[in-house]
Amino acid sequence: MKTNLEEINRNIYDFKKKDDYDYKIKKGLNKEIIEEISKQKNDPDWMREIRLNALEVYNSLKLPTWGPDLSELDMSEIATYVRPKSKLNSSWDDVPEEIKDTFDKLGIPDAEKTSLAGVGAQYDSEVVYHSIKEDLIKQGVIYTDMETAVREYPDMVRNHFMKCVPVNDHKFVALHAAVWSGGSFVYVPKGVKVDIPLQSYFRLNSPESGQFEHTLIIVDEGASLHFIEGCSAPKYNKVNLHAGCVELYVKDNAYLRYSTIENWSKNMLNLNTKKAIVGKNAGMDWVSGSFGSKISMLYPMSILNGEGAKTEFTGISFAGAGQNLDNGFKVVHNAKNTSSVVNAKSISKNGGKCTYRSLVRVAENAQNSKCSVSCESLMLDDISISDTIPTADVRTEEVEFSHEAKIGKISDKAIFYLMSRGLSEADAKAMIVRGFASPVSNALPMEYAVEMNNLINLELEGTIG
Amino acid sequence: MENTLIEIKDLCVNAEDKEILKGINLKINKGEIHVIMGPNGSGKSTTANAILNHPAYKKVSGEILFEGENINDIKTDEIARKGIFMSFQLPEEIPGISVTNFLKYAKNKITGEPVKIFKFKEEVKKYMEELNMNSKNMERSLNVGFSGGEKKKNEILQMLVLNPKLAILDETDSGLDVDAIRTVSKGIEMFKNENNAVLIITHNTKILSSLKVDYVHILVNGKIVKTGTGELAKEIEENGYSEYKN
Repeated sequence: MKTNLEEINRNIYDFKKKDDYDYKIKKGLNKEIIEEISKQKNDPDWMREIRLNALEVYNSLKLPTWGPDLSELDMSEIATYVRPKSKLNSSWDDVPEEIKDTFDKLGIPDAEKTSLAGVGAQYDSEVVYHSIKEDLIKQGVIYTDMETAVREYPDMVRNHFMKCVPVNDHKFVALHAAVWSGGSFVYVPKGVKVDIPLQSYFRLNSPESGQFEHTLIIVDEGASLHFIEGCSAPKYNKVNLHAGCVELYVKDNAYLRYSTIENWSKNMLNLNTKKAIVGKNAGMDWVSGSFGSKISMLYPMSILNGEGAKTEFTGISFAGAGQNLDNGFKVVHNAKNTSSVVNAKSISKNGGKCTYRSLVRVAENAQNSKCSVSCESLMLDDISISDTIPTADVRTEEVEFSHEAKIGKISDKAIFYLMSRGLSEADAKAMIVRGFASPVSNALPMEYAVEMNNLINLELEGTIG
Repeated sequence: MENTLIEIKDLCVNAEDKEILKGINLKINKGEIHVIMGPNGSGKSTTANAILNHPAYKKVSGEILFEGENINDIKTDEIARKGIFMSFQLPEEIPGISVTNFLKYAKNKITGEPVKIFKFKEEVKKYMEELNMNSKNMERSLNVGFSGGEKKKNEILQMLVLNPKLAILDETDSGLDVDAIRTVSKGIEMFKNENNAVLIITHNTKILSSLKVDYVHILVNGKIVKTGTGELAKEIEENGYSEYKN
């Protein structure tokens, strides 16, 4: 049994393609630039207005006063829209060679053949490939890029776009709404169970630019879906920005699982916003692996609005040298008999910093609800940092609430034990870390669990002194 | 000479700057079972850990030759791959890694060859039956939530699967009831053949009653003070170590 440890290297994610685009907007952020993006994208008037309004909100909001320092972000140095040299295709054969090669290297077409019911692939600011299995179309499932959705399903988009995540939620949501481009739209009709996952992959190739994809998913009553999101970028010397927005609507008795493996390059500021509104007796599960980026501020949120709604978050962050990953989870219990389970893990090494920042809010009307939070941190050396900042706001007595936090170092005894069984020090550490991360990899489909373990192995390479 | 598996010459070992082993000499040939006995703190576990080159135990002088090669400064994992196994007194818990995956991985590392899954499973199943182990344990995380007895049996299982040339059993019998000790002895008998050897470290004699022991060494205060046959163990059982102290 050969492990993938020796077989892969950074090139899988770090290869750069020439910054070859069809159109790249000038750097900066102002009304003219927003107008130009809107024109380039042929927005309907209502969308153009959303953008312009959002710009005003952006200008009126301050940077967060808590969390990682974002002062290095200079919007006048970021190009917010880069149109690749490709239209939207429904066959990989039609995708230009350079771009197709990127997704081949990332294994997307292969995964599509073996384990996915639909794929979206975005390169810089636009989606270049989209597919969905015929039988899903017949059942009324819609899976397309956001631009097509704006054009073909304007009512559905208008009723949901920036309604789950309000434009004034925080500064980078407003930025997103002003410059968004690309992303995926999914609608699963009532009662339809999509058994095989859909996946969207976001690749940012262009230096000194941003990616602002919008994901809007509506799982109608009694329906179910597993959606997978992947993202990566090559490393450049200057910062890149990712400020996507994910809005999820899980209607009564519906179920959505949203899995992410994020491996942005280490010059990326990942200021992403994800939120789900969960209906009566519906279920919303998040699985999240956060590996890349220089700074990450990511706090997916479930709003349990319907009686009996359930949510589960299983996530891991892995911070190496120079990385500050401020991640967490937020849940609002807004109805009776709702429940949430949080299992958050973090690993830090070589001076990397992981913070688990969370919010649990239980409203007065959420009697008989349950919330259980467990967070566990593993530090691989003495110079790395791990922190836990939980906030709980519980407004009813009739609630079961538990919070457990553990912070620990990798054990020398365990390493010696494994080495006495023939594992090198690096293999021993990798095995301990893989075991630590196993609740997350076990929650992922096999191929993604393998990818996650590869990422762990990659992160551990060169850490052994 | 070619029959010698391991030879320890004048080995002095410090732990945290404290002298623990003060000149140990020991030679184990293929096909032999040796026992090191001694009171607590005499240096028994230090001997085992020093052979595996545990970083906390510093070799001050002397040498350890394994099949004629000096392994004083070789890394633990390489020593393991050369064919030395140690059953731990307190086996470590590794959450999230199943016993079966761990065994497969370790077997691959030790042999350097791909593990043939079907044959491997059959083999493991057979050993587990012999050791009265619950087959459900295979899918549990390594040692996590195992009872003391289950952990020790799991060590013996690893010994059988990894099939080393020299198996060092560090207090494998301690804290076990009579039945579990019998099972561990059975495991040792299954393992033992003309081409390998066993070094049992213990402070009681129960495990020795059902095994054919070739040599017993009495270790007191960092030195082997007496070497004898299995009879010596019986003597210790009756009289204790008092005559060897001071």
